[in-house]
Amino acid sequence: MMTKKNVGGRYLLNTVATCLLFGAIMLVVESGLINRYMAMMLIPVGYNIILATSLNLSAGFLGQLPLGHAGFMSIGAYTCALFTMAVDMPAAVEFPLGLLIGGVAAALCGVIIGLPALRLRGDYLAIITLGFGEIIRVIILNLDFTGGAFGLKGIPKYTTIPVVFVCVVITIFAIHTLIKSRHGRAILSIREDEIAAEASGISTTYYKVLAFSFSAFFAGIAGGLYAHYLSILGPANFGFMKSVEILVMVVLGGLGSMMGSVVSATALTLLPELLRGFSEYRMIVYSLLLVIVMIFKPSGLFGRYDFSLGDSLGKIGSIFRRKKKPEQGGENDESDS
Amino acid sequence: MTLIYQLINGLQIGSIYALVALGYSMVYGIVRLINFAHGEIIMVGAYCVWFCMSRLALPALPAVAITVIVCAVLGVSIERIAYKPLRKSARISLLITAIGVSFLLQNLAQLIFTANPRMFTNLFTGSIAIGTQEISAATVATIGVSVVLMIALSVLVNKTRIGKAMRAVSEDADAAQLMGINVNSVISFTFAIGSALAAIAAVLYCCSYSQISPTMGSMLGLKAFVAAVLGGIGSIPGAMTGGLCIGIAESLTKGYISSQLSDAVVFGILIVVLLIKPTGIFGRGDHQKV
Repeated sequence: MMTKKNVGGRYLLNTVATCLLFGAIMLVVESGLINRYMAMMLIPVGYNIILATSLNLSAGFLGQLPLGHAGFMSIGAYTCALFTMAVDMPAAVEFPLGLLIGGVAAALCGVIIGLPALRLRGDYLAIITLGFGEIIRVIILNLDFTGGAFGLKGIPKYTTIPVVFVCVVITIFAIHTLIKSRHGRAILSIREDEIAAEASGISTTYYKVLAFSFSAFFAGIAGGLYAHYLSILGPANFGFMKSVEILVMVVLGGLGSMMGSVVSATALTLLPELLRGFSEYRMIVYSLLLVIVMIFKPSGLFGRYDFSLGDSLGKIGSIFRRKKKPEQGGENDESDS
Repeated sequence: MTLIYQLINGLQIGSIYALVALGYSMVYGIVRLINFAHGEIIMVGAYCVWFCMSRLALPALPAVAITVIVCAVLGVSIERIAYKPLRKSARISLLITAIGVSFLLQNLAQLIFTANPRMFTNLFTGSIAIGTQEISAATVATIGVSVVLMIALSVLVNKTRIGKAMRAVSEDADAAQLMGINVNSVISFTFAIGSALAAIAAVLYCCSYSQISPTMGSMLGLKAFVAAVLGGIGSIPGAMTGGLCIGIAESLTKGYISSQLSDAVVFGILIVVLLIKPTGIFGRGDHQKV
């Protein structure tokens, strides 16, 4: 797909496209084209995109079914919030640092949980991650410094649209480059056939834990953003329900499609807000969607298709050259190359 | 609050877990699916018996009979509508569908009955004195009913024709089909039996805990599932043993350590079991082939 010589060009193209998208978002928000409330909705859209793409790494690309993603998110959220509340540094320093620490804490938990759990496969892995997710929640509920059942209050509101945007871009870029790398191919080979991968000399445990902790890291970052957006945290927000909500986004978009995760995370975050009366039925629609999509299109809406700006522009270009059609660019997504 | 008292409490909740775990285990043994919707069948059963008794003012026995039928029909329809089309596709799709069905039932119940818990009046009043301990009749009834049902199930699986068919399908579904067993009806029968046991577990649970809410099934279901894994999923004596072990462990944690940590202890047991012996106490090894 990607030849060596145009890699640099593609990076440039995607950087420009990302900057343009950022400019467009900021313009729309600042000029008041969309109201203040809808502008604030971009933040949940952002952290949900991070959650969905990170879960897609372990569910779609690694081919396992972890059911404790909300647990990692909660670790990131609490670590980041407790850090920024404890230290006395300017926001521009402590917030990125807090996000990073939150992510690292979640990734460490990912390794601790992943090492034993990933020895199991399929159903058992799903159950053991579910168990860990519940244990994390119960522990947070019973600790003193996390505020217990009352939750953690007074977290500074640092999460802004540019911060979320940067985090989303970093997440998508990092996961994309991981998947396209040598390590990524090893991860994909485990999904295709674990026994064959092992027979070909791939250390399946190493790569499983790698993908799992990567996925946990970004879930932790999303948790940090979430904490500093809501400014209040309660263990009830991170139950099994939340894990399933993230899973729905991934499954609906397509297991193994970054673009699918981005689109479905955006749609499923915005839909209930756009249709106000609809919110009561949200979870019913969610669960129905899950069942219907699984029965009729088990690979999700986009399957394993991924959007590539370079390829699409190339195609449009070739159409343009052949038929002299008017230009139809500007449909850029955040997906890289 | 002596040890004996805690043990009896443990036996009581444990036998409810065991009844539910049997449903998980039988279904897993036959279609290799963790039926996440099983917990929700308990919840539906609880609402059904509550509705029959407090709204339709039916006496206890018909109410329980209706509940058992409703749950069995529900279990079979879930299998027919949601799981059957996916029987040949990837296991992960089937698992996700099961989660979807579970959430659908939970949220439908929330919409119909609201999130407010309903109160259920105990079917078994009074208590029995054993020595200096007072044991409620509900506890005795729960343990008694569970024991009878477990014996009946063992007889059904080991001595009857349909039981033989169930064992054959769980051994090898394709070979069973070649031998002239109607695999579809055996699977439906398994779901029906599992759901009927869940319905009875629901009634017994309501007698002791009296609160019915749309989310009651998920935790109960998860713990029963842990019990099934502990005993060895797919094994009927395993589910019974596992259920009793989980019940006693939970009750001892509640009695001597902390009631809030009991969930963590249950999941901790699950993790330890999965790490040491992933097939559970009575489970058979699942050989991997290329």
